[in-house]
Amino acid sequence: MKLRHLATLATGAVTATMLSTAALAGPDDNSLVIAWGSTGPIEHVDNYVNTNRTGIWFSRMVWDQLIYREPKTFEYKPLLATGWEQLSDTVWQFKLREGVKFHNGEPFDADDVVYTLNWISNPENGVKVQRNVNWIKEARKVDQYTVDLEMKRPFPQAFEFLSGPITIYPNEYYEKVGPDGMHKAPVGTGPMKVVSITTAEEYVFEKNTDYTWGSPKGEAQVDKIVVREIADVQTQIAELLAGGIDITADISADHVDQIGGVPGYTALQAGTMRTGYIGFDAANRSGHEPVNKLKVRQAMAHAIDRESLVKNLIRGDAGVIHTPCFPTQFGCSVDAAVKYEFDPDKAKALLAEAGYPDGFDIEFYTFRPADWAEAIMGDLAKVGIKATLTKMPYFALRDKQRNEGTTPMFLMDWGSYSMNDMSAITSHFFKKGPDDFALDDDVAGWLEAGDTNSDPDVRKANYAKAIEKITGEVYWLPMFNHVRNYGYREELEFTPYQDEIPRFWQYGWKS
Amino acid sequence: MLAYTLKRTFVAFLILIVVSGLTFSLSHLAGDPALTIGGEQASDEDIEAIRVLYGFDRPLYVQFFDWGLKALQGDFGESYHYRQPVADMIGERIGRTMLLGFLAILFALVVSIPMGTLAAMRPNSLIDRFALLIAVFGQALPTFWFALMMMIVFGIWWRMLPISGHTDWAHYVMPTIALGYYATPALMRLTRAGMIEVLASDYIRTARAKGLSPTVVLFKHALRNAIIPVVALAAVWFGFMLGGSIVIETIFNLKGLGWLSYDALLRSDLPVVQAIVLIFASFYVVLTLLADLLNAWLDPRISVK
Repeated sequence: MKLRHLATLATGAVTATMLSTAALAGPDDNSLVIAWGSTGPIEHVDNYVNTNRTGIWFSRMVWDQLIYREPKTFEYKPLLATGWEQLSDTVWQFKLREGVKFHNGEPFDADDVVYTLNWISNPENGVKVQRNVNWIKEARKVDQYTVDLEMKRPFPQAFEFLSGPITIYPNEYYEKVGPDGMHKAPVGTGPMKVVSITTAEEYVFEKNTDYTWGSPKGEAQVDKIVVREIADVQTQIAELLAGGIDITADISADHVDQIGGVPGYTALQAGTMRTGYIGFDAANRSGHEPVNKLKVRQAMAHAIDRESLVKNLIRGDAGVIHTPCFPTQFGCSVDAAVKYEFDPDKAKALLAEAGYPDGFDIEFYTFRPADWAEAIMGDLAKVGIKATLTKMPYFALRDKQRNEGTTPMFLMDWGSYSMNDMSAITSHFFKKGPDDFALDDDVAGWLEAGDTNSDPDVRKANYAKAIEKITGEVYWLPMFNHVRNYGYREELEFTPYQDEIPRFWQYGWKS
Repeated sequence: MLAYTLKRTFVAFLILIVVSGLTFSLSHLAGDPALTIGGEQASDEDIEAIRVLYGFDRPLYVQFFDWGLKALQGDFGESYHYRQPVADMIGERIGRTMLLGFLAILFALVVSIPMGTLAAMRPNSLIDRFALLIAVFGQALPTFWFALMMMIVFGIWWRMLPISGHTDWAHYVMPTIALGYYATPALMRLTRAGMIEVLASDYIRTARAKGLSPTVVLFKHALRNAIIPVVALAAVWFGFMLGGSIVIETIFNLKGLGWLSYDALLRSDLPVVQAIVLIFASFYVVLTLLADLLNAWLDPRISVK
């Protein structure tokens, strides 16, 4: 009798569990459950405290910027600012939108913009990524819906920051609660309102029904979004196939085939602006002789079959890149780049001319999948270069590069913080900072001139010179743009963008 | 006995200091924490400012003693990434890990003691062979693979159990089995060996000769004696389970201390890593100490040696 009772209880509990799992998400209640987090949880959702890239999706849901950058064309459009005018080399005036409210009911006006810009540009307030804000000198209120923004120097990339990491906060609320209060209960003007946050576990949002003022970001397509932080990719896939989540974007190229073959599910590989490259220690920081010779680097550029790598391993929308930047970025001229076709015979001849007819041994570093590096090593081996692979975690490898400089050759990539300006990548790596393995005065000078001049033509001319020399000297061998691999329920509709910024509020169910 | 207890306690304390020192050194040698705190977006100036702000520019031994003094007062500092007191972060998650560890060892005991007993009652029989097979599988199967297989069968195919999370009891079923199964072989074999030895002893023969029922002989006389070393070993395994939950918690997205330590290691969140290693080491050292003291109490020859 007791045993029968226990069995009934167990059956009931299991049934309840099945029902609760099945009822988690879907088109029926117009909700969406997303798995995120293979790159780690958002440590602090305040946009100015967070440094983790995954925090970007959160900030775009909850807050708005002054300017909207159209994700396909990269064109600037009005968002919280309805128009702008350049008053001088260092001052922009913005007209602000009327009738916008924050999630707590606080009306949006110039006080919020002035407060936010002055607060973040004050170093004492400890904004973690100072690069995002340290170009701002001061913001001044002209009237209730007009603001002047003064920069410390001509800063041509300003709109990339004003349409990206700089989000506008409600002045009264933020003054009262500060960063930790904003972390616990975020308030913005964005398309989704925060319902609850369980740090590193789950974020629940509901549609902001007041978001009807014609924002180019668009209104939310679903009523409720739950984002679950799941670190393990296999677990994400299991949850997807069990119906616990609706979409994941952390899977590998192999998973794309597997998920795409399951009825009811689909997968896609979408190209991003993340640019992969092989870097060489041309400045001989590591004391490794061969790679500081131009002919050796040219030989390696001709020895690697990038087309085959892209076609067989990266796949999707990936393509070979010839520039030390992503071609859509401002100043990134493909015409200026010196290009290297796959030609093993030419590689062997160049190696012989450089004094290495039998090749040489070299250490090769990466944090990316070993099969990518191994394909490259296979190509190099065919011309006599024997590379030994060391795969390290990302930050450990960055540390080794920056602080020790003991990496003669490395496969890395850079997302440019999603900025469509080549200063976000090329200037970072070739202006004689700790990540610079070329230490070329000419290149650094051209990049500095491009970064600080407000005349677009002058900028382009300087950047073109830098691209020509970087590729001509093979300081980098640009490889390919990365893809992001999505697995999802086939009823789901969404558009992935090259800037790697997920816009979850635009995801919806097919009607 | 008192001298033995004091000596073992002192050694345990020394072990904790050495473990803390090693963890601190290795964590710092693994990479520049300022770089991970700053993230991909940080400029060189940002990283230098972080280095000064968090005191990474001070000598390593100064940083260690500073941390050690505060830890002795129960202050483990603040997480570099989450900006929360480490003690609070641990407090939020330790219950999940303890519950998982407890359920796993309970599962292991519930499976291993009956199986070990049955195997001992009929050595070399089919039951014994089956128990041996279970033991071999338990030791041979990698935990992560076993966990994934369960996910596929019970989560995806049959949709009986939730795959990840920790909001209700059902979330603990698969992690408990995956973690507990790993401890089952050792406990089962010890039960079997103990029971075979006890069942062959004189007092069992006497009990049988007195006409006691086989059930009374088995459970009241034999198992009670054979199980004592099993309980001592289970205490040690419980310590292993808490540390071993890193893999299981990560796979099942059960956000306890194991998951927190994995996350902290990936991000070089040193205050969190330090505190968790100290806690895991303390659990293990205390449980081992208790097991040693229990054995010494049961067998006074140990403390004399």
